[in-house]
Amino acid sequence: MHRWDLLGLENTSASDIVWILDTAKSMSDIMTRDIKKVPTLRGKSVCTLFFEPSTRTRSSFELACKYLSADTLSFSTTTSSVRKGETLADTALNIQAMGIDAVVIRHQSSGAPHYLAQKLKCPVINAGDGMHEHPTQALLDMYTMREHGVNFEGAKVAIIGDIAHSRVARSNAWGLTKLGAHVVFCGPPTLIPPDADKLGAEVVADADEAVRDADVVYMLRLQLERQSGGLFPSVREYRELYGLNRRRLALAKRGALVMHPGPMNRGVEIESDVADGPQSVILEQVTGGVLVRMAVLFRALGGGNEWAGS
Amino acid sequence: MVLREKAKIMDEQAMDRALSRIAHEVVERNKGVEGVVLVGIRRRGVPLANRLKQKIAEIEGKNIPVGVLDITLYRDDLALKAEQPVVQKTEVPFSVKGKHVVMVDDVIYTGRTARAAMDAIMDLGRPRTIQLAVLVDRGHRELPIRPDYVGKNVPTSQKEIIHVKVSEIDGADEVVIEEARDGGEE
Repeated sequence: MHRWDLLGLENTSASDIVWILDTAKSMSDIMTRDIKKVPTLRGKSVCTLFFEPSTRTRSSFELACKYLSADTLSFSTTTSSVRKGETLADTALNIQAMGIDAVVIRHQSSGAPHYLAQKLKCPVINAGDGMHEHPTQALLDMYTMREHGVNFEGAKVAIIGDIAHSRVARSNAWGLTKLGAHVVFCGPPTLIPPDADKLGAEVVADADEAVRDADVVYMLRLQLERQSGGLFPSVREYRELYGLNRRRLALAKRGALVMHPGPMNRGVEIESDVADGPQSVILEQVTGGVLVRMAVLFRALGGGNEWAGS
Repeated sequence: MVLREKAKIMDEQAMDRALSRIAHEVVERNKGVEGVVLVGIRRRGVPLANRLKQKIAEIEGKNIPVGVLDITLYRDDLALKAEQPVVQKTEVPFSVKGKHVVMVDDVIYTGRTARAAMDAIMDLGRPRTIQLAVLVDRGHRELPIRPDYVGKNVPTSQKEIIHVKVSEIDGADEVVIEEARDGGEE
């Protein structure tokens, strides 16, 4: 039985990634119509199971479901029996027993979606697991790049910031290198993962060098809530050495794209004039997010899917 | 599955004549082309719709708009297909509200495509009428749907496959009946 889970881009083929990006593009006309809905997933129900706070990703998934006529059940841990000590598997099995057709999960532990995929019969979509992967974020980033004419083959994408804690960086590295892009990681040495080369990325210490001639400058959010361990001296120093300002951006290719997964720390990793400047596509990333998630949900539940047919 | 060509039922000339007749019928039925728009159903309905537009322009001297409809997201039989379906863009860059919308497709068979296409058009607005033009009607309807304009009626068995070829996609204009050698389904 073939399942259409989306657990990470590490195990998603290049042709599958291209299929998702193409389908997302086809979905884009739905959002411009008077009636922003197609009936393709009518009668399907999708549960969004979020063990970590999120507004953007969750609402993006829920809107994507609505545009495709699927019903959504949102489940958050603060008000559920997870509080009473229920295990992840039990929670998910209970939801499945209610007749859910797909589960979208965000969890603080790396590998939680993979674990659920083994337990559940329905497809599982990873909406971010620990420090591991966030595949739909990377797909929407790639969608936005492609919409702006970035040809992945040979393109240079500089990803700057806290790489070690970033599932966004990891998923982007897997996806972008599969399509032939050159990914450069840059950040404080303490925030570069030791296995960066396994992801197919080049590590560059100096941010100016990383940005030089890049087609895309991708700034990661400095996860201030995870920085109690003293992994870098101060926010001021970080801003100076790694933050994106106009001077540094001028080193990139002419018209290079400025991207950020949000939420931004303005004045820390990115200056406001750059974030709101003409090269910024940060808000388009959000629009692309809905389209890519529509494609991923359609892939999981739409056609060619035995679970959906059963 | 191996397909064997059984018979050629239309050649280039026959297709062209059928389209000419349909163009005249569209004009006659709508008393001109005021408010008439064409919508080709992907894939082979699209080149056929463009040719009808051309012919109608020759008859009436007016250009009417042509849109492209992808109905993958409206199908009711997706789960029966083995592969991931390819969704393409719907491009109807004009309002269908109050218009006479002529849907154009190559073959009508079960009627499920036409049903899905009507739903898709209704979601774009409220047309005055929806009409259906097909090059070949092969019978075996599963829904109460009847085309308004038919190039050729071809009685078929369900084992046979009607293949409409258009030069824009297939490099030639012809209609052939093919039969699966080992009796496989389409």
